[in-house]
Amino acid sequence: MHLDLKALGFDRGAAILLKRALRMAADGEAVTVAGSAPELLVHLRAWCRAEGHDFNLSEGVAVVKRGPAGAQRWAGAERAGLADRLAPKAIVEAPPQRWGLAARGALVEAGSPDFHFALARKEEVWSPDAARIYAQAAGSQWDPATAIPWNAEFDLPADVEDAVVQIMTYLVENEMAAMIVPSRFLAQLHPHFREAMQVLAIQAADEARHVEVFTRRALLKRSEFGLSTAGGQASLQTLVDEPDFAVASFLLSVLGEGTFLSLLWFIEHFAPDPVTAAVSRLAAQDEARHVAFGMSHLREHINADPSVRDRLANAVRRRHEMLRHTAGLNAEVFDSLVLMAAGSWDVADVTRGHDQVAVLLQDMHAGRSKRLLQLGFTAGEAEELSSLHTRNFM
Amino acid sequence: MNQTPLLLGAVAYDPKVVTIWDGFQQYFAEHGLPFDYILYTNYERQVEAHFAGNIHVAWNSPLAWLQSERLARSVGRRAEAICMRDTDRDLTSVVIARNDGAIRTIGDLKGRRVAVGANDSPQATLIPLHYIAQLGLEPHRDFEVVEFDVLRGKHGDHIGGERDAARALLRGECDAACLIDGNHLLFIQEGTLPSGATRGIAQTPAYDHCNFTVLDGGPADAIARFRELLLEMSYADPQVRRLLDLEGLKRWLPGRTEGYALLSAAVERFGYLEPFVTAAAARCT
Repeated sequence: MHLDLKALGFDRGAAILLKRALRMAADGEAVTVAGSAPELLVHLRAWCRAEGHDFNLSEGVAVVKRGPAGAQRWAGAERAGLADRLAPKAIVEAPPQRWGLAARGALVEAGSPDFHFALARKEEVWSPDAARIYAQAAGSQWDPATAIPWNAEFDLPADVEDAVVQIMTYLVENEMAAMIVPSRFLAQLHPHFREAMQVLAIQAADEARHVEVFTRRALLKRSEFGLSTAGGQASLQTLVDEPDFAVASFLLSVLGEGTFLSLLWFIEHFAPDPVTAAVSRLAAQDEARHVAFGMSHLREHINADPSVRDRLANAVRRRHEMLRHTAGLNAEVFDSLVLMAAGSWDVADVTRGHDQVAVLLQDMHAGRSKRLLQLGFTAGEAEELSSLHTRNFM
Repeated sequence: MNQTPLLLGAVAYDPKVVTIWDGFQQYFAEHGLPFDYILYTNYERQVEAHFAGNIHVAWNSPLAWLQSERLARSVGRRAEAICMRDTDRDLTSVVIARNDGAIRTIGDLKGRRVAVGANDSPQATLIPLHYIAQLGLEPHRDFEVVEFDVLRGKHGDHIGGERDAARALLRGECDAACLIDGNHLLFIQEGTLPSGATRGIAQTPAYDHCNFTVLDGGPADAIARFRELLLEMSYADPQVRRLLDLEGLKRWLPGRTEGYALLSAAVERFGYLEPFVTAAAARCT
């Protein structure tokens, strides 16, 4: 084989053409190299030596033979699963840590370093719905600056405005927990499960926006937030500190965000102003996806290992015991929900508002029970576990 | 197997040396050869330590090989080069000049300034200066030699001297610079030398670089096993490949000494070895 590099030298890409020629050459076949670049022979000799190729000058003609190093480097390489997630066995049960950050389906050189991804078993993290949920989330991202009518004119009674501020204060700290929990586990997932990581990443991004818009609504007419209680934070702390992905996912996404769905739609329905209605509606739409992913991967996990159900049930009971001496939902939040639904201090309005909040609590319980049944808990277990869910809602 | 470890000496020209020899130590241990290493700050110290029996094998620069060989001859012993990298064979050095300058041939360097590496660098100083002398210009007499001495005693293993020489050429402080062929390409690729800014005006004949040196009287079985394990190392083995990449080779080859003729002639010309060999021989006896 002959390669004419013309005026191209090794300082400007000659190596790329020579590598291609050597790949195409048969084993042991000589590649003669010609060219007019001034330092061609100097650099060709040095390059061949560094790459382990044979170099000879025969009557002024450079002759190169491919060395074995290139083939040796890739001798033990392995495919990191398959790129097409729908292909059989594309997602492996336990991807090796040595696949590291490689794209799924990439050819990974042997000797790549072992990473330490704690969540590295398919049954723990995978959902066949992950790609669909991620795509839906990516397509549903909204811009806080434009999606909400920040400049809408409204003027609420002072106490109703204060009630909205208290509710927003409560939502912000809950969404902080909902941002931290997926972020913590995201960094522990094996990148082989790319779509699940993407769902967690966009979930955290969703919560970042929620924190932003709830903050902005709280401070729209006021210069201070409302109250943050020790009991509420104690409940959220059990979520933030939970080290088990399945349990955290169950407590946060299935029970917590599931309960929040009812809450956010309630706020949207009784919102006294268009801004409160918009931030609640947009957040609720996002939370529905979070619940869907939690349900989906936990169903997979439970199918693979039914004993996980007991672990989840015990986690709810344990959390209830830990929180039984705390106040749960702060009274100010409860009262604020009632006042917001009532719209005034009029006795009849307050009565109606209180009744609406009672209906909300029943809706929350019904929603939790339904999801627990969908995860294969018995009706009795669903009733018990829903009842034991934190009074803080999240 | 003798449980006393085979002791290797190496010069610490870069922090990666520790990573390299720790890796080799683990590899040899896994293959049943107790092995340890001692790092020296310079090759002269290492050569003397070798003759003092402090180490069994020395990872020697070409100049340290010649020092060992001459010292062995002087004190009635025998040195042998048992193994070397594939990349230690058939190196060349080049003399480069600026493309936009007046220097086109070695003859044009008369009365000019020539940048070289460390004064003990075979590749960036001794061999190219000898070659220029062979072509008719005597260093220090016919042209000024400007040394860029980074880490003397390392025999030019640290390429900082060559890089400084190349920069001096670019700045116009020198009219030519001497460096190893691969470093000319490297400096262009890394941007130290702009593409097309320099041209080669001379290229030395091929010469060899480092080797593992042993002396007579060493632990023959352990040395033989050491050499055997080196030659068995395969670039296909990922554990080994990491070490070979760090040390800059694809495979180990048997040692050969004919590739040191050019350096030998250079040190003869400059009388470079005699002071060290004479003093070291006195300390050996």
